[in-house]
This record gives sequence, structure tokens and C-alpha cells, in this order.
Amino acid sequence: MDCLKRKTALAGAVLAVALAALPATAQQGPKRYGPGASDTELKIGQTMSYSGAAASYGTFGRVMTAYFKMINEQGGINGRKISLMSVDDGFSPPKTVEMTRQLVESDNVLFICCSMGTGPNASVQKYLNDRKVPQMFVLSGATRFTDAKTAPWSMSFSPTYMDEGREAARYIIRTNPNAKIALLYQNDDSGKDTAIGFKEGLGPDRVKQIVSEQTYEATDATIDSQIRQAKAAGADAFFDNTAAKFTAQSIRIAHDIGWKALHVTTTNSSSIAQVLEPAGFDKSQGLVAGKYIKEPTDSQWDNDPRMKQWRDWMTRYYPEGQKTDWWNVYGYMVAETLAHVIRAAGNDLTRENIMKLALSLDVESPYLLPGLKIQTSPTVRSAVNKLRYYRFEGKQWVLLKE
Amino acid sequence: MKKLSANQKILAGVAIAAAVALPLVTPDFRLFQASQVLIYAIAILGLNLLTGYNGQLSVGHGAFFAVGAYSAALLMNFAGFPYWTTIPAAALICLVVGLLFGLPALKLDGHYLALATFALALAVPQLLKYKAFSKWTGGAPGISIDKPPAPFEFDIFGRAFNADVWLYLFTLGITVLLFFCAWNLVRGRIGRTLVAIRDQPMAAQAMGVNTAIYKSLIFGVSALFTGVAGALNALTVQYLAPDSFHMFLSVFLLVGMVVGGMGAVPSALFGAVVIVFLPNIAGSISKSLPGAIYGVLLILLVYFMPKGIWGALDRLRQFRLPRHRDTGSS
Repeated sequence: MDCLKRKTALAGAVLAVALAALPATAQQGPKRYGPGASDTELKIGQTMSYSGAAASYGTFGRVMTAYFKMINEQGGINGRKISLMSVDDGFSPPKTVEMTRQLVESDNVLFICCSMGTGPNASVQKYLNDRKVPQMFVLSGATRFTDAKTAPWSMSFSPTYMDEGREAARYIIRTNPNAKIALLYQNDDSGKDTAIGFKEGLGPDRVKQIVSEQTYEATDATIDSQIRQAKAAGADAFFDNTAAKFTAQSIRIAHDIGWKALHVTTTNSSSIAQVLEPAGFDKSQGLVAGKYIKEPTDSQWDNDPRMKQWRDWMTRYYPEGQKTDWWNVYGYMVAETLAHVIRAAGNDLTRENIMKLALSLDVESPYLLPGLKIQTSPTVRSAVNKLRYYRFEGKQWVLLKE
Repeated sequence: MKKLSANQKILAGVAIAAAVALPLVTPDFRLFQASQVLIYAIAILGLNLLTGYNGQLSVGHGAFFAVGAYSAALLMNFAGFPYWTTIPAAALICLVVGLLFGLPALKLDGHYLALATFALALAVPQLLKYKAFSKWTGGAPGISIDKPPAPFEFDIFGRAFNADVWLYLFTLGITVLLFFCAWNLVRGRIGRTLVAIRDQPMAAQAMGVNTAIYKSLIFGVSALFTGVAGALNALTVQYLAPDSFHMFLSVFLLVGMVVGGMGAVPSALFGAVVIVFLPNIAGSISKSLPGAIYGVLLILLVYFMPKGIWGALDRLRQFRLPRHRDTGSS
């Protein structure tokens, strides 16, 4: 009896697999394979900072590796095993060059995906573009990876510094169309990129609403004078694009001198532990920050079914990972998006097709904040390019209505 | 003056011939790795002259490596120097920088010198990011340089003589030259003086050695070697950023010197092989703890070969040929 049951079940399973496979192969069209792709396997390369100065980001690569381990246990994608070759570059550009060349020339990967950091990715950008190897979902906010003209084979995942500036400008105008705006940023490439994006977001007619535009140096001791000048210029909205340490200062100074402007800051400076606590919760009330991902420490997602699912997944496939680290949500989301691209490619696994699909994404992710989507086009080359805004109330961030 | 025995000459000749023939049997990216090994070998040799032979401990040679690299890149990008001229230029610049640093270093001994050089290693990446220089250095995002092209292109035994092959042979040529210079430097009177200053500074001084001049000179020469390595690194990687010259680089050079073997010229090659390939091995063993694996492998190496790989080979040689027992190791 037992044996019979098992046989029936087995037959049923075989039938189900056959049925599932039939339409799939029919839809997938003729087979076209680039390097690293075959009937049974697809090879993808990644350089990651598992050691060195940025080793704490290495968890991103471990989440992705765990994700594709799960995918392969479930039979892979379109019947192919996905081999994510994630190698350590210690966040050192010369090592990135060495490892990337090994991945491309010796391991024959189809493309490079989700490698870590601005410097490491910049070091292989020319090489990969010269060889027409996709440099997909770069983990960096630098605009150099989203320029279709100079780097047609590069694209990034996270919002670029320009995206962040543009979104902040739109938020301020939505909230107060006649705002007199003060702008403060660090005097470096990322600061300048954000400022360019900010002005683009305002549009040519509204740029004159900027009444104060100032910079500071990373080595400055304080930004006291910049905050006082911004207040003196009569600004009632403040895009505060400063590094965490300075954001804590600016919150405190603005409060102490009685400047009651709409104070908007960035994702990187929105940490409660590193910025708001040092500044003082009483002084941080009303602060606004842009974010895009559901942070695992944000209590409003405690009962979110997909976040629960993610926690269960973490326990099963990546038990040593921190469930409070948002990088682990982020890595899971990027892995899921990558799997989506591979699935959509079907049997056309060429570098051209992968790049084409990665640049025509329009998918929802349950790990993005409500209302945000993963959207790309040949000209919009950062997968997540919009933000939602949060206001700090009491002791926590509260998501604002659109 | 010590001379090479016939056997050693043959060995050196065979090694060089094998290195020249390497492109025939290896793909391009392996040549890139081989170039990296040669480059780090030059840098480690530079450090070995200073620390191994002269006993001045430097934990900041990554700084000279960076100075050499940026000198080459800036001369190419802003002064239009052809790539091959940047090597002597970087050598000269680093010699001067090394001498300038070597003079105040005379006042510092042992741990204090180690700390001062460590400060240098920490400061250089910061300085490269500093905005006053960023017009040239490119700041944190770094700068790219053009890949040096092969002077001529042809096929040999079915192998294309391309830019990668050329860069490798170019690096190899400079490596052989610098190793020969270093060997010439240490095998004679200067070498003995350097070792005397390391082992018995008082006695050396009493015998009329001007320790100050020797110590600052060898600092300059050491920086020259490491700077040339930096320039070659810029040419092969074609991209420089402050992240490339993180404080870890200085530590790796020190590791390479100790693991290769201190106070011997050829040992730098073994040290370089270790610092290029050991992280790859560690990373392939475990992704969650590459640093710890690296550390364990390093401890094992040092435990079983306390005098470095070269020292172990030397012992092996003496064990096999008891009649030729000699204590020298250059």
C-alpha cells in the first residue's frame, strides 16, 4: 500500500514536471548561448569585499550566494544551475582587476553582477565595457556607472547620488512649492553629483529658489557657520546632504539657533543610533529623510508577511547572518531581481540580451517601500531611482503619505 | 665579494628563460597575475633592503608604492610622458621622497620608526582624497590611465604578442634589472656595512662607518625600489584610487618580506607569490572568514618556516649538500 502510494506520487510528480516543462521550453525559443551559458549551467561573476577595510559589506555577497543555493536546490532557473562565482577582492582595486579578469577570461562568466564599491567597480569599468561584458547592478551611487554614452555596458542598482538629490528637490517642492531653499553638501564628487541632481529635480524655473548653496570639507571641525548663514539667508527648507557626523551637528545647531526650516536629509544620514541619538531626540523631531528599502529594524514591518518570509528564509539558508542588518534585505532583493532577469532571458543567454533585459525592468519588489518599483530603461540605468520620505516623530521614523 | 657558483648561474639563467617563455603557455589574465607577482617582488625587495639588511623597520612602504604609482599616472595624464619614461621618473621622485623621510627617521629607532612609517601609510590615502590635490589625484573615485600598447604585434607559435604580453615582458625586464642591482649592492662592501649597522651599530660606528649617511641612503634606495613597483602597478592595473593604497598594502608588503625570508635578495619573489595568491586561496576556502583563514595559513607558514621560504630552501640545500655548507644567504 505504502509502496503503491509512493509510486503514484512519483508518477504524478513526473507528470507535473513534464507538464510544467512543456510550455516553458515552447516559450523559450531557440537556444542562443554566450560564454558561461549552456543547457545545464549559467555562470555569473561577482567581486565582493569579504576581507579588508569594507569587510562588513561582505554579507551582501553571502546573502546572494545563499539565495542561489536555494534556487539550485529547487532545480535552478529554466532547468539551469546558476553558478554565482563570488570572489573576494578585499575592496582593493588592483585585486578587483585581477579577479575580474580571471572571472571573464578563465572562468568564462556570462556577465559580472552586483560587485561591491565605487573604486573596485571603477577599476574594471573600462575593461568590461571594452569587452562588452555586462557590469550589472553595480553597488555604488556614483553616476559614472549610469552613463549610457561612456559606459553602455554598466548599470547600477541603488539610487545614484543624482537620484537622491532629484528626489529630495521634488519632495521639498511637493511640500512647499514656494520654499526658499538652503543646500549644503560635502565638497567632493558625490556631494556635487547630489547637488546637480537636486537642481535638475527643481527644474530651471525653480533653481532661483535656492537662496543659499554651501559646501564643507570632510576635515572640517564644525559646520556651525554654514547653518547660521543658511538661516540668515531666509531659507525655510534645508536639503542637508552631509555625512552622518555633520548631520548630527546640523540638527543640533539648527534647533539651538531656532531655525525652523523643513529639514531634509539622506538615507545614509538617517541612522537613529549614529545620527539622531547623538543629536538628541528632542532636537530631531520633524526631521525628514528619504529611504527606499524596508529596514528590518523598522517596527512597522514586523507583521509584514514578506518580511516574515524573509526572516524565515534567513533562519533556514543564512542562519549566521544578522536579521537586523538591512544589507541582508538588500542583498536578497538584488538576488531576486537578478533571478528575474535570468528567468526572463529564457534560452537567449547572450550578453546583449541580458543587458537589454536588465535595462527594461519594471517589477515590484516586496522589499521596497510601498509605491516604489524597480524600473529601468536604456536611459534610466539605476534600478531603484525613487525614494519615499520619512519624518522622525517621537522615537521613530514614520513613513509619510505620497 | 661573493660570486655566484656555476650552479647558481645556471639556475638564475633557467629561471629567467622560463619567465621569458611564460607567455607562450599562459593566458592573458595569468600574465597579469605574473606581472603582479613581479611588481610586489620589487616592492618587497625594496623593503627588504631597508628592514632585512639594515634593520630599519618600516610598516609604511605602501606609501612609497602609492607615490610611485601616482607619479607615473600624473606624468602620463598631465605632462604627456610616454609610459616607459615614467619608470625612471618615478624612481627619481621616490628616491628623493625616501631620502627626505629617511633623514628625520635617523632620530627614530625600532618601534618608534615603525610607528612613524605606519603614520605615513595611514596618511597617504587621506592625502590622496584631499580636495586641494583632487584636481590631479582624482580624489576618492581615482583616475584611469591608458593601457600601454605593444610596440609591435605579431603571432609567435600561435600566441598573439599583445599588450598584456608586452607589459609582462616590460615588467620582467625591469624586475631582472632591479634584482641584479640589489644583488650587486648587498654582496659587497655596502652590503656588509648595512648588515653591520643592523647587527652592531656601535661597533660599526667605532670602525669609522658613517651610519647616518648609510641609513638615510638606504632609505632612499628602498623607496626607489618600492616606487618603481608602484609605477609598474599603475601601468598594469591602469586605474588608481586611494583604496588601492590602503594601509593593508603596507602590511602585506611586510608579510611578504617576512614570509619570503629577510636578508636575502631572491626571497622577495617567494614573498610576492604568497601575498598575491594566499588571499585567493583563503577566499576560496571560506567566504565567511577569509581573514581568519589567511591568518591561520600565515601562522602555519611562519611556524614551519621561521626564516621564511628562502630560509627553508636554504636549509634544504645544506641538508642535501653537506660539503658546500656555507652560512651566507645572498
